[in-house]
Amino acid sequence: MSVLVFIESADGEFRGTSLEAVAYGAALAKAQGSNATALVLGNTVDASKLPNVGNYGVSKVLHVNDDRLDNGIIQAYAQVVAQAMEKEGANTLVLAKSSLGDAVSARVAAKMKAALASNVTELPDLNAGFTVKRSVYTGKAFQITELKSENKILALKKNAITPEVTDATAEVEAFSPSLSDADFGVSITKTDKITGEILLPEADLVVSGGRGLKAAENWGIIEDLAKALNAATGCSKPVSDMDWRPHHEHVGQTGVKVSPQLYVAVGISGAIQHLAGVSSSKCIVVINKDPEAPFFKAADYGIVGDAFEILPKITEAVKALK
Amino acid sequence: MKILVCITHVPDTTSKITFSENNTKLNKDGLQFVIGPYDDYALARAVEIKDALGGTVTALNVGLAETEATIRKALAIGADDAIRINAEPTDAYFVASQIAAIAQKENYDLILMGRESSDYNGGQVHGMVGEMLGIPSLSPVMKLDIEGNTAKMAREIEGGKEYLEASLPLVLGCQEPIAEWKIPNMRGIMSARKKPLQVVEPSSDETLTIGQNYEMPAPKGACKMIDADNAASLVELLRSEAKVL
Repeated sequence: MSVLVFIESADGEFRGTSLEAVAYGAALAKAQGSNATALVLGNTVDASKLPNVGNYGVSKVLHVNDDRLDNGIIQAYAQVVAQAMEKEGANTLVLAKSSLGDAVSARVAAKMKAALASNVTELPDLNAGFTVKRSVYTGKAFQITELKSENKILALKKNAITPEVTDATAEVEAFSPSLSDADFGVSITKTDKITGEILLPEADLVVSGGRGLKAAENWGIIEDLAKALNAATGCSKPVSDMDWRPHHEHVGQTGVKVSPQLYVAVGISGAIQHLAGVSSSKCIVVINKDPEAPFFKAADYGIVGDAFEILPKITEAVKALK
Repeated sequence: MKILVCITHVPDTTSKITFSENNTKLNKDGLQFVIGPYDDYALARAVEIKDALGGTVTALNVGLAETEATIRKALAIGADDAIRINAEPTDAYFVASQIAAIAQKENYDLILMGRESSDYNGGQVHGMVGEMLGIPSLSPVMKLDIEGNTAKMAREIEGGKEYLEASLPLVLGCQEPIAEWKIPNMRGIMSARKKPLQVVEPSSDETLTIGQNYEMPAPKGACKMIDADNAASLVELLRSEAKVL
């Protein structure tokens, strides 16, 4: 039995977290002595890039050449993924946890009666059955979970694996699943999406601002540092609640959970709900004028002082580094 | 409009999480349990829709008797009646099977719940219920308006949102800002005591996953403080010491 990896794209490229999933699927297949195949739906990524998925360890890419799938229609996607699993004889589906991936994989799980583990943080332990480590309680703990059924789905948290990238390319095979009008019963009427920027859940570096910045018009210092670092921007819940920043930038328990290499928190006190969304960051820097801010306890580096003076200095130092 | 709202019974988001019995069980001592924060948004929107269009809101929870205080709170917020499926919510497939079994009998126009529970964060149940019922499921939905038999929605995607339309019935995983949380008032609390809360036994016992044990994240080392006048030195530390740049 083999492994199928579901790939998403953004801005005409495969998403970084999806390519991590490819590397994870390839490593899992290798450990099981089987093969991994990647699945790409629609034509938002130029067909010439399809063989490059092989750089991440799979030898075959299934491509569904159907423009109706350029948008993430959840039911149709679930149909395609389930049919691809059957076609490939795959009993394990691997994907990156995301807005679309969660919605699709849940339907596939019910269709295929597959055990689904989400927020998986490491390769599975195959020594006694099939167990994975996954993040629970919004990053406050991990659970070791056994997947009992024959079919399995693993939805990965970012950094579940560090991909080894090679020059190998994959063979591309066209796949034509059977889809009915009912699978397209939901219509997407409009999409509002930033383009050309780093998506927060994918970002290796994040600069985030809180109420300490005092007003929406003060976000320039956050954006300047983010730009110098090539980082994504985030914010705390009060900031998105007050509409200083869009909701998709809200980091925390009820917002985006991030796992970057570096998380810089500016003017954020560090409520436990915010910390839950950033706890899997490798390195946390906290800049706050209040030395008692609870965030310092969760930080690796801290600076007490006025962000409006400190941030431009850091931005200059980053620029000097490059 | 006949609406089912599925709620979870989870530790308050400010809770410090610890485990007992050799890290196999959540230590519930001193924990305050609440309606899941995302479910609370779904419930609030369901009550708003009922108030505007008429109809009923039924709250459903899969849980043991300990969850009844949480279910009563949903009734106090504005649900008309409630169903408790008398079982430990062991995994998403089990919970979804229970909800689907109830929904098959009742023909709800809308089945709403939070985008994910705040304990296991799986975000799976709405999609599974949709598939089991053969109707569309969408998540995370941040805007929901009903016009006749059509739902007009916005769904959050990475870096933005997409606007969608679909015919009822639908299963939706919800999140802010679909509605403002509702705080129960005294009249709501009083009336909740008299509203019907039906307890039913589970329709199946199949689970596909088993939670074996828990682990805590590695403790964080001490925070290295940098003088504000020397803020630029942070960058060198991030490069050479933390090795993240």
